[in-house]
Amino acid sequence: MSVNSSYERFFDVPIGPQHPALKEPLFLKLVVEGEHVVSADVDVSYTHRGVERALQERNYIQNIYLVERICGICNVAHTLCYCQNVEGLYEVEVPSRALYIRVLVEELARIHSHLLWLGVAAHEIGFDTLFMYVWRDREAIMDLIEEITGNRVTSAINTIGGVRRDIKPETADRCLKIMDYIEERTKYYKKVCETDPTIAARCAGVGILKPNDAVRLCAVGPTLRASNVKYDVRADDPYAAHDEVPFNVIVYDTNDAFGRILVRIDEIFESINMVRYCIKHMPSGPVRVRLRLNPPAGEHVSRVEAPRGELIHYVRSNGSEKPERYKVRTPTFENLPALCEMLTSKGDYVVNIADVPVVFASIDPCLSCTSRVAVLDYEKETVWIGRLEELKLKRLRR
Amino acid sequence: MAMVTEVLKHLFKKRATLMYPFRDRDKIHVPEGLRGKISFSRELCIGCGLCARFCPSGAAELIEDDKGKRPVFHIDQCLFCAQCEEVCPRKAITLTREFEIASFDRSDLIVK
Repeated sequence: MSVNSSYERFFDVPIGPQHPALKEPLFLKLVVEGEHVVSADVDVSYTHRGVERALQERNYIQNIYLVERICGICNVAHTLCYCQNVEGLYEVEVPSRALYIRVLVEELARIHSHLLWLGVAAHEIGFDTLFMYVWRDREAIMDLIEEITGNRVTSAINTIGGVRRDIKPETADRCLKIMDYIEERTKYYKKVCETDPTIAARCAGVGILKPNDAVRLCAVGPTLRASNVKYDVRADDPYAAHDEVPFNVIVYDTNDAFGRILVRIDEIFESINMVRYCIKHMPSGPVRVRLRLNPPAGEHVSRVEAPRGELIHYVRSNGSEKPERYKVRTPTFENLPALCEMLTSKGDYVVNIADVPVVFASIDPCLSCTSRVAVLDYEKETVWIGRLEELKLKRLRR
Repeated sequence: MAMVTEVLKHLFKKRATLMYPFRDRDKIHVPEGLRGKISFSRELCIGCGLCARFCPSGAAELIEDDKGKRPVFHIDQCLFCAQCEEVCPRKAITLTREFEIASFDRSDLIVK
């Protein structure tokens, strides 16, 4: 049987938006040649919730709980960033005990997020046994967060001027015990990840992101650190008590999905040590300062290292009880250009269609917090999703 | 392969999953400070309306009864953030540890 020589060499393969790999709505448009992905395009505009507009309609206290719901898993990072922002408007000093409790809860949330991701990554590569065990051990952290803050997931611990609850001595003791357990288990999971041939076969050499590409495409968080770029907001621009709590910035030079697994596992160890340090060196004193409801007029930007990378919040106040403008830039959004780069075959580096879920999961995507501004162009019939700066530029060009 | 011994070991260990809600109800650990269903005391309330003003989800509704202004809480809208408990000047609102509040009828979910 002869094949017509004019047959199409390239095909479009749409993946998503319903459950492309994770339970997150993302539309991946892949151009494939045979089994190899030639180029990739992403669309994340399926979960636009209008949070930034809704923030302008509520007062600063109500907004804490709305900001918390931008992302369920990194809710502590979001409220921390928000509270730092509003405290920046007041120019108020937060008591040092509150700063330590903030770091403690933030690092607990990071441990739980990284363990959750490890389970999801194991599930993506078809290693469901590891997924079950990791998630069972994660329950210990969830119980601990529930005991400290009063809820498993949405902790509502940070508030403007400090934290809402003090940590009890018996909870601190229990916390240290659970840290020992988690450390032992994480050591075991690290051994599994390093020695298991399944994980190495599915992840090593997959989703390559070179260091110069990572910097050029503004990757953040563990995705950037697995490309051997030493950048962490906690170390480079310390907030809360991070200037006093020692830790190492973890980097790996493998540049692939396997390195991203190891970066996150090693970050769990760092977080465990930070939690221990916080409990042992926690200063005494009040945990919050009371503030007026209306912050003074002004603007402020705050940065936090969320589990997925650098998170930036911007607030502009006009002196009333509601913010005039609020802007959130989530880490997953910054990692999407890097994701497209990872999904592009170049020279010796080929991406198979079967690797796409692993590469996609390796950036730890959290798309519900990502969808931002959509610009509808009726003349050209296009939808454009972009950042605030680009929107400003577009406005200037008109 | 590194997990085989771990898996075999767990054959002889206790199951991690609790068979909630049909069995093991008494084994559920509910911590002291859990933010659960709201309880409200009409005697202590002075009708200042701060809870309704600060409620992020509009679960607290300010109405008037024969003794004056008072809030009514719609638990189906509640986020369990405990902001109302925090701002209440008379401690008339507390969040209990009760968490099994699912219902088919919305009228069950009103705290008066």
